[in-house]
Amino acid sequence: MKQTCKTRRLLPGFRLTLGFTLFYLSVVVLVPMSAMILRGSGIGWDGFWKHVLHPRAIAAYQLSLVASLTAALLNVLFGTLVAWVLVRYTFPGRRLMDALVDVPFALPTAVAGLTLGNLYGPQGWIGQWLIPMGIAGVNSRFGVVIALMFVSLPFVVRTVQPVLESFEQEVEEAAATLGAGRWRTFFRVVLPTLLPSIITGFALAFARALGEFGSIQFVSGSIPFKTEIAPQILIQHLDEHETAGAIAVALFLLIISFLILGTINLIESWARRFQN
Amino acid sequence: MARIVRAWLFGSLLLGAALGISCTDPHRLSLLNVSFDPTREFFGEINAAFLKNWQATNATVLRIQQSHGGSAKQARAVIDGLDADVVTLALGHDIDRISGETRILPSDWQQRLPNHSTPYTSTVVFVVRKGNPKNIVNWPDLVRLGVEVITPNPKSSGGARWNYMAAYGWARRQPGGDDRTAREFVARMFQNVPVLDSGSRGATVTFLQRGIGDVLLTWESEAHQALSHAEGLSGEIVTPPESIVAEPPVAVIDRNARKHGVLPLAESYLRFLYTEEAQGIAARYYFRPQLEDAAEKAGVHFPPIVRFTLAEICGDWRTVHEAHFATDGWFDQIQSRRRP
Amino acid sequence: MAGSVRRKLTPANTRSRRGADESRLTQWILISVAAIFVGLFLVLPLVSMFYEAFRRGPMAYFAALTQENTLDSIRYTLTIALLVVPLNALFGMAAAWALTRFQFRGKALLTTLIDLPFAISPVVVGVMLIALFGYQGWLGPWLREHDLKVVFALPGMVLATVFVTFPFVARELIPMMQSQGTEPEQAALTLGASGWQVFWHVTLPSIKWALLYGLILTTARAMGEFGAVFVVSNRIAGEMPIPLWVDNLNADHRGSDAFAVASLLAFLALGTLMLKAWLESRHQREEAAGMWITAAPVVNSGESETAFTSNTPS
Repeated sequence: MKQTCKTRRLLPGFRLTLGFTLFYLSVVVLVPMSAMILRGSGIGWDGFWKHVLHPRAIAAYQLSLVASLTAALLNVLFGTLVAWVLVRYTFPGRRLMDALVDVPFALPTAVAGLTLGNLYGPQGWIGQWLIPMGIAGVNSRFGVVIALMFVSLPFVVRTVQPVLESFEQEVEEAAATLGAGRWRTFFRVVLPTLLPSIITGFALAFARALGEFGSIQFVSGSIPFKTEIAPQILIQHLDEHETAGAIAVALFLLIISFLILGTINLIESWARRFQN
Repeated sequence: MARIVRAWLFGSLLLGAALGISCTDPHRLSLLNVSFDPTREFFGEINAAFLKNWQATNATVLRIQQSHGGSAKQARAVIDGLDADVVTLALGHDIDRISGETRILPSDWQQRLPNHSTPYTSTVVFVVRKGNPKNIVNWPDLVRLGVEVITPNPKSSGGARWNYMAAYGWARRQPGGDDRTAREFVARMFQNVPVLDSGSRGATVTFLQRGIGDVLLTWESEAHQALSHAEGLSGEIVTPPESIVAEPPVAVIDRNARKHGVLPLAESYLRFLYTEEAQGIAARYYFRPQLEDAAEKAGVHFPPIVRFTLAEICGDWRTVHEAHFATDGWFDQIQSRRRP
Repeated sequence: MAGSVRRKLTPANTRSRRGADESRLTQWILISVAAIFVGLFLVLPLVSMFYEAFRRGPMAYFAALTQENTLDSIRYTLTIALLVVPLNALFGMAAAWALTRFQFRGKALLTTLIDLPFAISPVVVGVMLIALFGYQGWLGPWLREHDLKVVFALPGMVLATVFVTFPFVARELIPMMQSQGTEPEQAALTLGASGWQVFWHVTLPSIKWALLYGLILTTARAMGEFGAVFVVSNRIAGEMPIPLWVDNLNADHRGSDAFAVASLLAFLALGTLMLKAWLESRHQREEAAGMWITAAPVVNSGESETAFTSNTPS
C-alpha cells in the first residue's frame, strides 16, 4: 500500500483512516458476505439453481422487476411534472409541495406500508371507493406498484429539479422566436437536455424500488405467483426453516445488487459526459 | 467545535452501551418463553398468574419474556441462537427439529409432561362474515366455487398445518376417502385461498381488518380472541361437525435454562400450565383444557364437535412433513398449480 | 437527497417570456395535476395516518404510547441509534479522509463497497448476519461455546442497522471534502500543527454542515429500519425496535395502537425534514454572510451522486 501511494503524503493519517475504514467494512460487510458465500457454496450448484430457479422464485423476480419498472416509469412521468411545476410556476403552496416531496425519504417504510395498507383497504379512505369498482390496492400487484411509487418518487423529482433550475430559458426563447411552437420547443429543446437527469432519476428510483421490503410486507399479502416480491421469497424460506433456500436466493439477489450498482455507475458517468 | 463533536461521540456511545447493558440486567431472574403466533394474550395472563404465585413465596424479582411468531420461524430462531428457556409451539414437529438439530433438549422431550406435553388443545373452526352470507357450515363448503378461504401458509405457520390437516383428515374420514381423495380435497380448497399470510395473526388481520375472503380457517381460541378484539368489525364463528384435535406442546430447553440458572423455574412454569388455575385461564381463552371440569368452572361452554387426532388419520408429524410440507411436497405441488 | 434537499428552492420565474412560457390555462392544468398527484400520493397517507392514530382521542393515544412495551421499544430504538450513529460517524470521517486526501490502488473498489447498502435489499443483510453469527452459521460453534449472542439479540440489531446506514455520513462528507481541497490543511501542517489538530481545528469546522446532514440522515434511517432487523429480531415484546413493534401491534389486532406508535415515527420523519430545512437555511445564511466559502457542487453530476445518498431500501 505504501508504495502505491505516490502523491501527496504530506497529510498524515493515511494508514489510520484507511485501516479503520477497511476494518469497519470487513466486520460489517466483507466477513458476513463471505460467510454467506461460504455457506452458499455448501449447497452445491444443483441445490443453488433449484432454489434460485424455482418457479415461485422466478415469478417473484418477475414481479419485482415489472412492478419496479412500472413504478419508476410512472414516477418519471409524475416526478418530472412535479419538478417542472415546482421550478417554473409560482402558485400558493409551492414551498409546501416542495417540502412534501421529501416525505417518502424520511418516513420509515413500515409506517408507509401500514398507512397505505389501511388507506387502500376496504375501510380506507381510498379503498372504500376503489374496491367497489373492482380495484384492489392491497394484496394486489396494483398495491405493490403504489407502494413502490411512494418510496421512489423523490429520486426522480430531486434529480430533474436542479437541472431544470439551471436550464437557460433563453434557449427556449430563441426557439420560440425561430417559430417553434411551445410543444415543439419542449420536445426538441427542453426534453433532450433533461433526458440524462431523467434517466438517472429513473435508474435511482428503479434501484430503490427493487430493494424495497418494509412497505411491501404490509400491503402485498405475499400471494405466491401473484404478489410476492423477491425479498419476500427470502423471508418465506426463513419462515419455512429452509436456510439453504434463503442463502441461495440471498446470494442471487446479492449478485443482482452488484450488477445494478455497476449499471448505475455507468449511467451516471454517461449522464455526466452527456451534460458536458 | 472539536470538543463538542468529541463529547458527543463518546457520550452517546457510552449512553448507548449503558442502555444496552441495562436492557440485559443480570440481577433479575428472567425466563424467556418462545411461543407461536396466537398465544400472546393467553400467555400474558398466564405469566401474570404465575408471577403472582411466585412473588408470594420468593424475594427475587422475576421477569417472564414472551416472543411470538410463526411456529417454524420461532423454532429456527431457537436453533440459530434465540435463548429460549421454554418453548410453547404449535406442533411437536417444530420442537423435534430443535432437538434434532441442536441437542439442546433431549429427543424424548414429549414424554416428560402429561398428555404428550400438551397442557391444552384446540380445534380448527371457521370464522365467517356476519350472518354467514355464503352459508358455510361444513368442510365441503370450503371448496365451493366463489368461496374465498383465508388460511396462513402451512409451511411457515404451525397453526396452519393443523388447518391443513383438519381439511385433509375430514376428507380422508369420508366414506370411500383415502390419501388420494384427501389430497385432492386439500388441493381444491387451496385453489380458493387468495392470500397466504405467514402466520395465523396475519391471516386474521387479512380477514377481519382488510375484509378479504369469505371464511377464515383458524383455531377456536384465535377465533374468539380475534372477534373480541376486532374493534367495530364483526364476524361469527361456525363450528364444523368434525375437526381435528390441535395439540400445541410445550418443552423446557434444558441447556438454555440450565445456563441461565432457571431450570427448576422453567419446569415449574410448564407444570403450572396443568394446574387448575392455568387450565381455567386456558378455558377462558378458548383453549380446550385437559382438566375435565376446568371449562365448566370457568363458565365457558364449548360447542360439541367430533374431534379426530392426527395419529388417527395419518400417523405422526414426521411422515406428514415429508409428504406434505417438505420442499416439493404436496403443498408445493398444489402451489405451483396456481401459476397463471 | 442531501445535495438536493439542501438545494434551496429558487424563486420561480416571475418574468414572463414571450414564447418560453405556457399559457395561463396550461399552467394551471399542470399545477392542478401535480397538486392532485401530490395530494393523493403524499398528503392523504400522512393525514390518514394521523387520523387513525388520534381517532380514539388523545387519552387513548397517550395510553398507547405509554404502555410498558412501547416505552421499552422506544428505549431499544434509542439504544440502537446511540450506538450506530457515532460508529458510523467515525467510519464516515475516516473513510472520507482516506478517500479524499490520498491516492491508492483499489480506491474505486472501496467507493463502490461504500455504496453497496444502497443497492442491496436489507433482508439479504439479515440473512448474511444469520449465516455468520447464527448458531448454525460460520462462527456459531465458537459463539455457542463462549455463550455469546449476536443475532436475535442487541448486537445483531446494531450490526444490521450499521450495515444499512454506514454510507450516509461518508457519502455526505466525500463530495464536500473533495471540493474543498487540502490547502488549508497543508498550511496548518507547515505551521507546525499535528495531524489531530489539523483534523479537529481545520477540517472539522469546514465540513460541519455535511457532517450534520449525514448524522441526521443516519439517525432517521437507523430509527426507521425495518427489513434487516425484521430478520434478526428475537421478537420479544420490549426488545423490538419501534418499526417492528408497529408491525407486531398491527398483527395483534391492535390497529389503533399500531397507528399511534407509527405516528411517533412519522413525527420523527417530519422533525428530520424540518431540522434539515432549518440547518439549510442557517447554512445558506452563513454562506451568504461569507463566513466561509464553500464550493458545493451545483452541477448536476454532484446532485445525482448525492441524491443517491438516501437510496437505501428498507
